[in-house]
Amino acid sequence: MKTKQEETDFEVRSLDTMCINESELVHPWWYNFKYAAVGVIFGIVFIKAEIISWFRIQEMFKLQSFHMYGVIGTAVVVGAISVFLIKKLKIKTIHGEDITFSSKKFNLGQIYGGLLFGLGWAITGACPGPLFAQLGSGSLAVIVVILSAILGTWVYGKFRDQLPH
Amino acid sequence: MIETITQPWPWYVAGTIIGLIVPTLLILGNKHFGISANLRHMCAACFPSNIPFFNYDWKKESWNLFFIGGILVGGIISTQYLSSPDPVIIHPDLAKDLTQFGITDFSGLVPVQLFSFDQLFTLRGLIMMVGGGFLVGFGTRYAGGCTSGHAIMGLSDLQWPSLVATICFMIGGFLMTNLILPYILAL
Repeated sequence: MKTKQEETDFEVRSLDTMCINESELVHPWWYNFKYAAVGVIFGIVFIKAEIISWFRIQEMFKLQSFHMYGVIGTAVVVGAISVFLIKKLKIKTIHGEDITFSSKKFNLGQIYGGLLFGLGWAITGACPGPLFAQLGSGSLAVIVVILSAILGTWVYGKFRDQLPH
Repeated sequence: MIETITQPWPWYVAGTIIGLIVPTLLILGNKHFGISANLRHMCAACFPSNIPFFNYDWKKESWNLFFIGGILVGGIISTQYLSSPDPVIIHPDLAKDLTQFGITDFSGLVPVQLFSFDQLFTLRGLIMMVGGGFLVGFGTRYAGGCTSGHAIMGLSDLQWPSLVATICFMIGGFLMTNLILPYILAL
């Protein structure tokens, strides 16, 4: 029998794509700039392929354009092949650590939360990543959307125990 | 070369680069692609307020905050130095629909007639910016991920709960754009 604390801890560690890969290595903080560099490339793609365009998202949900389906579909195929190869060839990180994967557990949140996020996605024309690229592209008012998204996350955390999962 | 870069990029180029972010993050440090977790890290860093869901060592996840910092900078760089002079092409049916609601400016990626500080003082703007943002933050965390964590990373790793989540994202989006949004835009 697990205690409440352990259950929460388990979910913190595995449900939300975090701490599942806790490294034994300690790196200086500026090593994180390598992730910033990847983020810069991602941000450029977001803008150049108009993925952060509110209009492209509306076209996607009105089936007026193949663009977004093409982007996400290609990304999944390339990602799946990469993950397959990493597992098959047991590729390690550049620091020689194992690359690990954890299974996602099904819960009702993926349905209820998924639907709610879908509604928000179509209103704002952006998922969390594109929000930051929209801000970078000069739409300063998007800071309101980002702050509201942070508030939404906080409210979820606050009432998490009362929600069906 | 520069002309090729400043043109809007086709879906297969963008999709391939985004797909390659998955192995890049894994190989750089066994990091799993997922952006919405950052909203949680920001809560944990700024307002943990004794909520168990926000009491963890967010500093261990700081790589992800650097990652979205990079996205912001990438947005600035490509808008300042790589932007195309041509107007964004919108599907004529969408343009027609939006014109009915008084949205006629299709110049930017984000429609200024919907998302601006002025609009915040209208009911429509308030619902779209504050309400929409809230749904994005609440929904992604409830679902345990967003388009990156579930649709791209989760599906790449053949996780069926991620497929469920992705299908629900799409259902929610279709409902909003086709059934609910026209009423909000009419406000």
